[in-house]
Amino acid sequence: MIHPEKRIHCKKYRIVQNEEPVPGHRLMCLHAPEIAAGAKPGQFLHVRCADSTDPLLRRPISIHRVRRDEGLLFMFYRVAGRGTSLLTAKREGEEIDVLGPLGNGFELPSPGERVAVVGGGIGAAPLFFLVDEIMAEIHKRGADLTDEQDTARQALDFYLGAATGSLLPSLNSFLVRGVRVHMATDDGSVGYHGTVTGLLQQHLDEQTHIDRIYACGPAPMLRAIDELAIRRGIRGQLSLEERMGCGVGACLSCACKIKNFSGDGFTYKHACSDGPVFNIGEVWYGH
Amino acid sequence: MGINLAVNIGGIKMKNPVTTASGTFGFGSEYGRIIDLNRLGAIVVKGTTLLPREGNPTPRIAETPSGMLNAIGLQNPGVDSFIREALPFLRDYDLPVIVNIAGDTVEDYAKLAGILDRAGGVAGIEVNISCPNVKKGGLQFGSDPESAAEVIRNVRQATSLPVIVKLSPNVTSIVAVAEKVAGAGADALSMINTLLGMAIDIKSRRPVLGNIMGGLSGPAVRPVAVRAVWQVYQAVKLPIIGMGGITCAADALEFIMAGATAVAVGTANFVNPRATVEVLEGIERFMAENGIKDIAELVGIAHRC
Repeated sequence: MIHPEKRIHCKKYRIVQNEEPVPGHRLMCLHAPEIAAGAKPGQFLHVRCADSTDPLLRRPISIHRVRRDEGLLFMFYRVAGRGTSLLTAKREGEEIDVLGPLGNGFELPSPGERVAVVGGGIGAAPLFFLVDEIMAEIHKRGADLTDEQDTARQALDFYLGAATGSLLPSLNSFLVRGVRVHMATDDGSVGYHGTVTGLLQQHLDEQTHIDRIYACGPAPMLRAIDELAIRRGIRGQLSLEERMGCGVGACLSCACKIKNFSGDGFTYKHACSDGPVFNIGEVWYGH
Repeated sequence: MGINLAVNIGGIKMKNPVTTASGTFGFGSEYGRIIDLNRLGAIVVKGTTLLPREGNPTPRIAETPSGMLNAIGLQNPGVDSFIREALPFLRDYDLPVIVNIAGDTVEDYAKLAGILDRAGGVAGIEVNISCPNVKKGGLQFGSDPESAAEVIRNVRQATSLPVIVKLSPNVTSIVAVAEKVAGAGADALSMINTLLGMAIDIKSRRPVLGNIMGGLSGPAVRPVAVRAVWQVYQAVKLPIIGMGGITCAADALEFIMAGATAVAVGTANFVNPRATVEVLEGIERFMAENGIKDIAELVGIAHRC
């Protein structure tokens, strides 16, 4: 008696590809039709990196993109420790144990809204799926829009930040009509010299109008986006990261501070089951 | 095939010996999206307290060799919210619900037992006198045989439900605590809770956990748990729910042969959400292959061989 729509899948899936498009980062593709069919942007997978008990726990990895018609699921991950290092050794044709899809996912924008999607470092990974979905919606609706204003509304601004140009994710497969990509690097090697938040701020100062922001990246970046969006009255969502245990809301490890009812303090919610996506203005950053 | 898997834990009738360790299975609904909860012999839910608890600061977990440290700090919505929000979901299943309780004082434990006694749909109470992650209560009661007995006497008076006492390994003699709580009216024992431990991040030069110390669980603690079950089985006549690092049927059978009537899967749920069902299927297979008709034949068999 498991409700089919609520079902979380837990089984071994075949690896279709596992390559290194960016130094220290991997793009892994799985044939996982059940998960691909039901997955929403912002959701994640909980991956077992070894068959042994050491390392013991699964590793949460966001869903980078899906190709539903082919049943394919992509993960773009940074090789950061023992678990992800073990994943790099997996070859095409091998299987890995995956639990998912997990988490709440992003809420898609309303028709006609101008959207900015902001990714910092590996935080950009889940945003590709989000951009794919938003653009698919826009193109579906856009067939009968003709005037100039409507054309402008069929665009989306995708901001990508990284420490240096070589760490920016490859966009070769990503030149979708209507997506304007803006890059920022800490060392100035590619695009804007500075943080991705600084670049967004500059565009907003130059009268770029944005109705909704989506962001994923390091905590200081998310905090800056949260402040900027609140100041300008822009709605949106942030995807948080926390050290995770079970991934399904049972162990209560991945606690994050969310503003309480009166807004003068916080209550703990959980990145895996209440999130990882939270509304702008909802996360408690202290006073 | 005529294999009997049913067991009785101090009056709680379980259709098979496999249950869940408190704190590793939420309130059931979390894993109800992955496995059929009706397969379980019973469910032991997350520790509940009289009032809601926020829990400890993060990080709350740290991975260790074949194990993990946790310091959640008994985060829970409080017993009233549990009864209102979480318990109705479980009533739809053919599944005894065992509620783990924790308090700051002896009175808290007795009040909780009384509230749950009247709630309906609760099959038994597991008294947590062994949580290492809270400042008051918990281990403070479980590490002293006399204090432990006082808690159990008061809980016993407050409820007619079966009372299971969860024992801590962080004591000089687990047998001494087991004997005392047996004398105070416990119907069954569950063992072991986590082992107090800690880890330090050498890069930041600080303890990894926000709470500094935490409870160690997972396969790393299994030999300690099997030993504890072995010792207590020899000394006390109460049925035992054995737990500590069980990941598969072979692990579970070790506990049963050491003297556990039932077994609980804990940390393994995080790694393999199907672990409970796989443990059950493996036990059935083992019994079939070895001509065992009743699981009772295996309980404590290592003492008789």
